[in-house]
Amino acid sequence: MDFGFSQEQELLRATARKFLESECPSAWVRARMEEPAGTTPEFWARLAEQGWLGLVYPEEYGGSGLGFVDLTVLMEEMGRVVMPGPFFSTVLLGGLAILEAGSAAQKTAWLPRLIAGEARAALAWTEPNARWDAAGITLPARPAADGWVLTGTKLFVLDAHLADVLVVAARTAEGPEPERGVSLFLVPRDTPGLEARLLPTMDQTRKLCEVRLQDVRVPAEALLGPRDGGWAPLARVIDRATVALCAEMCGGAQKVLEMSTEYAKVRVAFGRPIGSYQGVKHKAADMLVEVENAKSLTYYAAWAVDEDSPEVPLAASMAKAYCSDAYRRVAGDGIQIHGGIGFTWEHDLHLYFKRAKSSEFTFGDATYHRERVARLIGL
Amino acid sequence: MSHRPERRATDPPARRARARRGGAPREDTLDFSLTPEQEAFRARVRAWLQANVPAEWARRVSTVAEVPRPEAYGFLREWQRRLYEAGFVGLTWPREYGGQGLTWVEELILHEELAAAKAPPILNILGVGMAGPTIIAHGTEEQKRRYLRPILSGEEIWCQGYSEPNAGSDLAALQTRAVRDGEYWVVYGQKVWTSLAHIADWMMLLARTDPTLPKHRGLTYFLLDMHAPGITVRPLRQMTGDAEFNEVFFDGVRVHESQILGGLNNGWQVGLTTLMYERLALGFGLQVRLRIALDALVALARRLERDGRPATEDPLVRQELARLWIETECLKFTGARALTRLLRGELPGPEASTGKMIWVAANQRLQELALALQGPYAMLARGSPWAIEDGLWQHSFLRSRANSIEGGTTEVQKNIIGERLLGLPKG
Repeated sequence: MDFGFSQEQELLRATARKFLESECPSAWVRARMEEPAGTTPEFWARLAEQGWLGLVYPEEYGGSGLGFVDLTVLMEEMGRVVMPGPFFSTVLLGGLAILEAGSAAQKTAWLPRLIAGEARAALAWTEPNARWDAAGITLPARPAADGWVLTGTKLFVLDAHLADVLVVAARTAEGPEPERGVSLFLVPRDTPGLEARLLPTMDQTRKLCEVRLQDVRVPAEALLGPRDGGWAPLARVIDRATVALCAEMCGGAQKVLEMSTEYAKVRVAFGRPIGSYQGVKHKAADMLVEVENAKSLTYYAAWAVDEDSPEVPLAASMAKAYCSDAYRRVAGDGIQIHGGIGFTWEHDLHLYFKRAKSSEFTFGDATYHRERVARLIGL
Repeated sequence: MSHRPERRATDPPARRARARRGGAPREDTLDFSLTPEQEAFRARVRAWLQANVPAEWARRVSTVAEVPRPEAYGFLREWQRRLYEAGFVGLTWPREYGGQGLTWVEELILHEELAAAKAPPILNILGVGMAGPTIIAHGTEEQKRRYLRPILSGEEIWCQGYSEPNAGSDLAALQTRAVRDGEYWVVYGQKVWTSLAHIADWMMLLARTDPTLPKHRGLTYFLLDMHAPGITVRPLRQMTGDAEFNEVFFDGVRVHESQILGGLNNGWQVGLTTLMYERLALGFGLQVRLRIALDALVALARRLERDGRPATEDPLVRQELARLWIETECLKFTGARALTRLLRGELPGPEASTGKMIWVAANQRLQELALALQGPYAMLARGSPWAIEDGLWQHSFLRSRANSIEGGTTEVQKNIIGERLLGLPKG
């Protein structure tokens, strides 16, 4: 048993920190917030050069063949700088779905291009009903001559407007068990009838879309994975992406703790640094406890993913339930410690606070995941 | 665009990952799996516990407190002796002093199995958790040979003489004096909140030996015979009705200089060692008790009804049980992170200081929920024919109020985290 990071992983952390501090400073992040693209071609190419777009993908597709514990290190660093752009949607949602469910031909067609930074993918899964379970997938895909016809609306779709291809979860059969009858489809974004509309978001570093499909026709080869059996691979992708999101949240919360602690050391009120007052000091201590707890649960979940453990759904939900509350509270307390300056547009804290809030609701909030934990432990 | 550079930052881990999939030995990365030897140890512990944990006990401690209750002292002393004879006490202690010379991984495995078996705690919890490790760290060869083995077997029970009426959170302000008289030191003063002093054979005593030095420097750590003349132990009755802790008065108690641990006027440093081990070793124990209590709470929730349906179907109850489950697991993972640093010979990280605070918060909320589930039955105490589980939860609920005070108040813990870990200025 060994529950710490290896020297190689610490090296990856150091490399990522140095790279992101220089290439992804807050001025750059703020510029990307104002634009639909969320990133720049140069930056995206650099991510590909580092090998980070393919970190957890098999070497046969050009990836590095690493695991989720390695990815955790990288995600923490990306969370530290509130990195914008379609990394999450391409690498952890669309791409992972293709890896998880795709045929050899589909994987060969898309994964090397995603990993090389030449193409991007997204996962159109959730709908206006705002459900995270299989029953939430209602958009019908009907068999037609030589393929399928999809009609309906997907909502909260991350970076659909930037994707070259969308993995769309659709309903192909109705029945008493909503898990049966979900199918996944590979739909290029330029397919006629598909429209991705960018929505204004509170967290401008995350670009969410409404995706409308009006009689979108796709060929039979567009089916990704087994007909009616798409929920199982999709659920695996979502659990993994959830773990990665938790790691990103840990990194953000850690950074807020550091910013707030440094500020509390230098900001003087009533003749003393505010960090010497227990009202502030104890708040900072509470923040540290929450950050460390969040890490413990996230690291365990990442380990469980790498072990392909049956505990992954439970571990992912435990981590997400905790991180959802912890990042929000830490970011909120960070603003409180900073006082008025923490509420300004100029200070970076609001980037973290907004990322915390959007992450809280991505893949289900704490209440949703605690209920899932309750079910998984047999309550 | 598809050009891939020769060298990437991720190359070394790539090799590692390949090695792992190939079944080669793992390097030091996150890993919860055990070696075959450790798995064998787990099986041995489990088999022994299955054969030896008394069923009657498992029923009685369904809401166990983390400190032994007075009515169980005789039983717990016997339990520790059997556990020791089976080789399951003092796993990390050197073999020559009665230990097993194993690592903290085995210690963690042991505690996981104790939790799963709902095993009783040991009686000499302060001796094994605090006195022993401190003697191993600071004791002379003679002291180690004299004291360690009886600590493990439970033949000699220890208590901790730290807190005083005017020195609690501000421990270094303690006033109990030890005055030199030839080869002896003569002790005058008072300790308070001294758990198990009424049955203890020895005390870890912190006393002031040089009042002219600054308050942290003039303290000495003595190994004090609790049967010596001049010691009066007066039980303090707690809000639970139990008297698990005491006031201890010293009126000219003579202690030989060979009973000094770690050098004259070095008591603060020695005492800090004790507190460090308290966090680590007792931390494992707390995790066990929390897991046992949570399992019992879940069982209780399954039995009780709220508004005509099982309590486990109530969404609010499910939320709170899940939250407690997450925190209990979290305590385990955080412990594993702290343990890893220890095994690697690194300094404790921030995670080492958070364990007690997580445990306190979780246990107090757990106990609140146990009463909330009972509705108006929560008002009934032991002896009432209507009391649920004979009022055991009412007792553990009251006992849990001490959690945020004993072993360093939550406020002191937060000061320590704020000042030592985050580097915030002292007030």
